[in-house]
Amino acid sequence: MSGQPSSPTRRRLLMAAPLVVAGGVGVGFWRMLSGMTKGSFDPHDIHAPALNRPVPDFALPDQAPGQGFSAQDLRALKSPILVNYFASWCIPCVAEMPVLNALKERLPIWGIAYKDKPEHALGFVQRAGNPYARIAADRDGLAAIDWGVSGVPETFLIGPGGVIRWHTASPITETMITSTIMPLADSLKP
Amino acid sequence: MKTHSLRHGGVIALLVCLLSAPLVAMAVDDPSEMLPDPAQEQRAEAIGSQLRCLVCQNESIEDSSADLARDLRHVVREHVARGESNRQIMDWMVNRYGNFIRLRPPLTVGTLLLWIMPLLALCIGIGVAWWTFRRPRTVTPTPLTDEERRRLSDLTETR
Repeated sequence: MSGQPSSPTRRRLLMAAPLVVAGGVGVGFWRMLSGMTKGSFDPHDIHAPALNRPVPDFALPDQAPGQGFSAQDLRALKSPILVNYFASWCIPCVAEMPVLNALKERLPIWGIAYKDKPEHALGFVQRAGNPYARIAADRDGLAAIDWGVSGVPETFLIGPGGVIRWHTASPITETMITSTIMPLADSLKP
Repeated sequence: MKTHSLRHGGVIALLVCLLSAPLVAMAVDDPSEMLPDPAQEQRAEAIGSQLRCLVCQNESIEDSSADLARDLRHVVREHVARGESNRQIMDWMVNRYGNFIRLRPPLTVGTLLLWIMPLLALCIGIGVAWWTFRRPRTVTPTPLTDEERRRLSDLTETR
């Protein structure tokens, strides 16, 4: 090649290279953006390492109208349940209540009121319709840190023996229930 | 006079805005949060500045005024007061929130590219530079073919 003018193939390859790179980057971005709208890609998602681990040690008091619970209660479970962190001051929690109320017949849901005043949490549950079989109160939010919770709502699917089998940091949707939660919960039933 | 006082009003409003900005930033430094031992407090701050606030994700928990950041600061101080090492506290956090909570990602297979990118970019740069400068600058033109020579003489003659 020294001194010789570039061959046409070579020139064409060099011309195509930036186009190919730009195209590749474009496809990458397009996939990220479409994943964000479909929900399969969330750049803010925190991949908490809680999966397939036993629930952390905790014991939380009652939150009216429900009964509090502890790690022992979850570890004694024989069939799967959902544990849902919520708060009366959290808008997405209000949004997911109808979905949780529709789910409670198929899968028991235990709630944990996160950094909430007892009377506010009670009012919230009474207004929205109570989907929870039991409700505990995490007033200082320190048990939540042990769970790796970074905000509300956050939901965990607890398998038999109190092992965390699934986790989401976004509000529960009907799609999530049919595509992920129920199939997984059914597979965990004894 | 009217315009004068209006102008003053504007200046005062601006001053109020500018002076209250540092107050907002300092809201995080609630003295009641701090450990009594300055050395321990300094350690807690150093650890906290390496931990990501999971609510406002590009701030450290020491910088953020989010509720969760305050709780995490409190937890860090509890652990420091208990005499745990920086590594123990970091591991405790990573155990709960994953490596995402570390503002400085650890060197793993997944972050290898991130860490070696500067070196890689330098190597690519040196490679390109070497490849470019190695080539002779003067390019000897290929002699004209008979066809081209004929065409050239045609063109010059018509002139």
